Amino acid sequence: MNPSPWLLPALPVLPAVTGGLLLLLGRAARRAPAGVAAGVPAGVAVTAAVLTLALAVHAAVTRPATPVRLLPGTGSSGTGSSGTGSSGTGLTGDGLLANGLVVDGLSAVMVVMVAAVGLCVLVFAAGELRTARFHGLMLLFVGAMLLTVTAGDLVLLLMGWEVMGAVSYALIGYWWHDPARVRSGAVAFLTTRAADLGLYFAAGAALAGAGSWAGGAPAPDGPAGLPAPWRDLVAGGLVVAALGKSAQLPFSFWLSRAMAGPSPVSALLHSAAMVAAGAYLLLRVQPLLAATGWAADLVAWAGALTALLLGAVALAQRELKQLLAASTCAQLGFMVAAAGVAAVAGGAAQLVAHAAVKSLLFLAAGAWLSALGTETLRRLGGAGRRYPVVGLAFGVGAVALAGVPPLSLWVTKDTILGAVREPGLYAVLFAAGLLAAAYSAKALAAVWRPGPGRADARELTPWERAPLPVLALAAAGFGAVGLPGAFEAWGRLVGDPHAAAPSWGGLLLSGAAALTVSALTVSALTMSAATILVRTPAPVTPLPVGAAGAFLREWMGLERMAVVLVARPVLALAGALARFDDRVLDAAVTAAARAVRTLARTAAGLDDRGIDAGVEAVPRAGLAAARIVRAPFETGLDGLVRAVAAAAGRLGTLARRPQTGQVHLYFAQAAVALTLLAVAFALLR
Amino acid sequence: MLAIVIFLPLAAAALLALPRLGARAAGWIWIAATAADLALVVAMWAGYGPGRAGGFAYETRLRWIPSVRAGYHVGVDGLSLPLIAMTSLLFLLCAVYSLRRTRRPRAYAALFLFLQTVCLGLFAALDLLLFFVFFDLAIVGMYFVIVGWGHGDRARSALKFFLYTFLGSLALLLGFIGLYLAAEPHTFDMVDLTADLTADLTADLTVGPPRAGAAVLLAVGVGLAVKTPVVPVHTWLPAAHTDAPAAGSAILAGVLLKMGTYGFARIAVPMLPEQWRAYAWAVIVIGVVSVLYGALVALAQENFKRLIAYTSVNHMGYIVLALGAAGLSGGRAARELAVSGAVTQMVSHGLITGALFLITGVLWDRAGSHDLGRFGGLAGQAPVLTGVTAVAAFASLGLPGLSGFIAEFQIFTGVIGAGAVVAGALSLLGILITAALLLRALHRAFLGGPGELTGRVTDLRAHELAAIAPLLALSLAIGVAPRWLLDLIAPAASAIVNLAGR
Repeated sequence: MNPSPWLLPALPVLPAVTGGLLLLLGRAARRAPAGVAAGVPAGVAVTAAVLTLALAVHAAVTRPATPVRLLPGTGSSGTGSSGTGSSGTGLTGDGLLANGLVVDGLSAVMVVMVAAVGLCVLVFAAGELRTARFHGLMLLFVGAMLLTVTAGDLVLLLMGWEVMGAVSYALIGYWWHDPARVRSGAVAFLTTRAADLGLYFAAGAALAGAGSWAGGAPAPDGPAGLPAPWRDLVAGGLVVAALGKSAQLPFSFWLSRAMAGPSPVSALLHSAAMVAAGAYLLLRVQPLLAATGWAADLVAWAGALTALLLGAVALAQRELKQLLAASTCAQLGFMVAAAGVAAVAGGAAQLVAHAAVKSLLFLAAGAWLSALGTETLRRLGGAGRRYPVVGLAFGVGAVALAGVPPLSLWVTKDTILGAVREPGLYAVLFAAGLLAAAYSAKALAAVWRPGPGRADARELTPWERAPLPVLALAAAGFGAVGLPGAFEAWGRLVGDPHAAAPSWGGLLLSGAAALTVSALTVSALTMSAATILVRTPAPVTPLPVGAAGAFLREWMGLERMAVVLVARPVLALAGALARFDDRVLDAAVTAAARAVRTLARTAAGLDDRGIDAGVEAVPRAGLAAARIVRAPFETGLDGLVRAVAAAAGRLGTLARRPQTGQVHLYFAQAAVALTLLAVAFALLR
Repeated sequence: MLAIVIFLPLAAAALLALPRLGARAAGWIWIAATAADLALVVAMWAGYGPGRAGGFAYETRLRWIPSVRAGYHVGVDGLSLPLIAMTSLLFLLCAVYSLRRTRRPRAYAALFLFLQTVCLGLFAALDLLLFFVFFDLAIVGMYFVIVGWGHGDRARSALKFFLYTFLGSLALLLGFIGLYLAAEPHTFDMVDLTADLTADLTADLTVGPPRAGAAVLLAVGVGLAVKTPVVPVHTWLPAAHTDAPAAGSAILAGVLLKMGTYGFARIAVPMLPEQWRAYAWAVIVIGVVSVLYGALVALAQENFKRLIAYTSVNHMGYIVLALGAAGLSGGRAARELAVSGAVTQMVSHGLITGALFLITGVLWDRAGSHDLGRFGGLAGQAPVLTGVTAVAAFASLGLPGLSGFIAEFQIFTGVIGAGAVVAGALSLLGILITAALLLRALHRAFLGGPGELTGRVTDLRAHELAAIAPLLALSLAIGVAPRWLLDLIAPAASAIVNLAGR
């Protein structure tokens, strides 16, 4: 069953280690002769990516499982624990906690997709970016994603998941001289990490519910069998993490920020890696979502609303990459919704098809950005004609994204729509499909309409051109999995045996609608563009106009909301606490120290003036006593008797004074006396 | 063998007293002694053997003050061995780091060697009085490091550090005396106190004067809490760190702070289990407050060193939280995981924070400032320094693949799994705030455009890299393949949970 157990760990480790070595040794390589060294990082990266793809295909065919256990099982074999929920069959939740690496059907699809898209993107990048840092980080990114999709338990999943987030920070902020780009990387990382906390929480809740950490084989129904409150907490944590990673509402804004990185980064991050991880996780834990009930509904609606609203956001954009970014959120919404409506096969098909389409579109956009220096839609006129290979490939991608028959997303989207039972949800998703047709047509029209040729534009290298036809082929043809017969096999492959191919009626309806909307959009745009071109080189009409347009263009103010509602209050609290720390806590300690010093000084003074003086006073008192004793003999006994009587009389008056009859005064006197006694005791003891 | 490990540095310190020893020779003697010590510790680790089911190894028991039954009793187990190893490594790397540009190198080396003996002795001590002696000597040693080689307002900071932690140690002594009096026959021996006598001990403490057990826990707890430190008795920490020399800060944060948490795990939890369980919620609250408060205050810092000092409050808070969770009644597996995470965090924090403080030392060496706002864009002229800092920062914020994650994941999962769901969820926010503040620091000093002092900063020198890189490499090793460490800790964690559950 497991021919070579080390091959599976090698799948994530090979790219990750190669990437790490590139990062470590990249500087050393730079000192080598320039002509030789320049291509080395890219060459290493592409070679590693090819080997990774080979490993991925091998893993997909052999379906290995390797019991890697990062944390030791407690109680030696894990059975001696006195857990609460270990009763029943297969309910231990071990499916979440200690399985090591596993490649099942769904993982098999994912590893091949990740490795293939990764290879395409690295080949493209070889033509443009040459630093070891870039290629090293990209390989690390691919390795982390591969770990995420082969992880059989939450620990390994979390490792891949978070490393991917951190590497995305480094890649988005790749041009680190620019503070805005660095900040974008930080926004992306912090937003996704905020959601990642859900995964940590889920791991804890799973342990609490299962009562044991280690254990035997993966449970057949895994986390879905946990006892009630824990099952829901696990589901909640996983859903939050997945929504964050997949840039669903309300986390979507980080994906807009992610555009600050180089285009190949976007091509990978928006298609097969990072955002895909969230959808993948939801598809994988679909039984858990269904078991809780509420989680499935929540996910379905979160996905559908993201598909609709971010579709509108995409339509409102003026920059090509921002349009594509918003469309990524929207398209992932379909996959997330698929997990909610138990259309695992459909969601997985959509995921793969979208990965091909979106990496293709981003690579094309990146090619134009680097060649023409712009990605503003209204300046991209003529780009498609100037670079026909890129233009054609982009055309295939855009038409597929629009959901126009017979290309891939038309079919895969319908496999999801076909599983929706709730009319409201269906309506939202259908409308989202129409928006996809509109924004895709807008992008297509922008690059294919005639425009001025640029004299300074550079030619593209063969490296940059090579991956585009390959991806275009996949983008066009992957819909074949949705055909009757093929789709059932696909469903069995990804672990969804009840998958049903979409109905012809639904396909016709959505195909016709997509075609119509696309055509209308194109004609509206070209007409207005034509009229505008005659007079001024003004913008291609931004379709939604006015305040609503601005609102959508700003991604519905999501980032502002996060800043105002979360970031600023936290920073203000931090500042306030820091002042409290300095001015109250620390000052109190200093004041206490000072008080002690004052006390010590007082005691020292008392020591000098009191006790020491007292000691000196003794001889003096002796002399005085001697004088007094001598006095009676001089003044006579009579005088002494009179003096004693007078003194007694004065003492009597004095003694009457405190006898006021008021109890609180008596108390006060007693307190003073006791304190004096205590002091005297302390000093004289 | 353990005695050699403990006292070899002290012997080397005596060697440094020889007249007419040059500065370079002193440096090399220092490195040689610490390297030999580390080699011995590695040999000890190898000899400790895998799969050892608890108990102490390399045990020595000598008469010391028989009238109060205090002995020279030392030994190691899965709780102390990782800390001893981490301590030896950190002292070696501090020696390497201080190879150049140190004032009065002989005295400096001798002081650090003395401190090393004290620290190793503390982690090996199995007698309360011995523990206390080492505890106080460490304070004395660190006081002289700060006052002699620090910068800024060092005399004041050193005095504050000394008085504050010394006062704490007096509370600790009071608690130890309470433990001594409660045991029958009276003893300071930790093994006796935790072993068969303990049942009587807690009984005595509960039937004796009312709440005597709680009072003893309070005394011990306050003493250790000041050292750890937890909020609100942490304010000596930023001052001491800001003005200490970099190597001193690395030792202070990496090793000395662990004395507090180690004391909790070695003394408070096993010797006062009933009280620990009764007040577990209070410990958990203090832990969560330290986690969040430390992270938030760190977020507002402008001084890189103060910022790292406050992240220490945050990181030590996780340990306190995890040890508090050990006193809960939740699943046993979860509690063991939490304790294992706490021990891992002690090691991991020593490595990562040690590296970060050495990095601040590089900035101070070049530019004489720790002010984040005066740097910027260092990545251009100091790429190695930037890369090292980035790795250390990501390790500190708990990125998987580095040791911080292994520690914190176990703590979170264990704490939530043991039933403290809300506390666990709140403390999770700590790693988000830590991420924010470290990225902010990275951005301000190392990325973006150049700042006022950027021109003065040159890249890492060989000996600096040789001091910092092993810490991060080890953090990576623990992060990627932690079993060699966790399997050593597991029996000790299990034993602590056993003791806490009596």
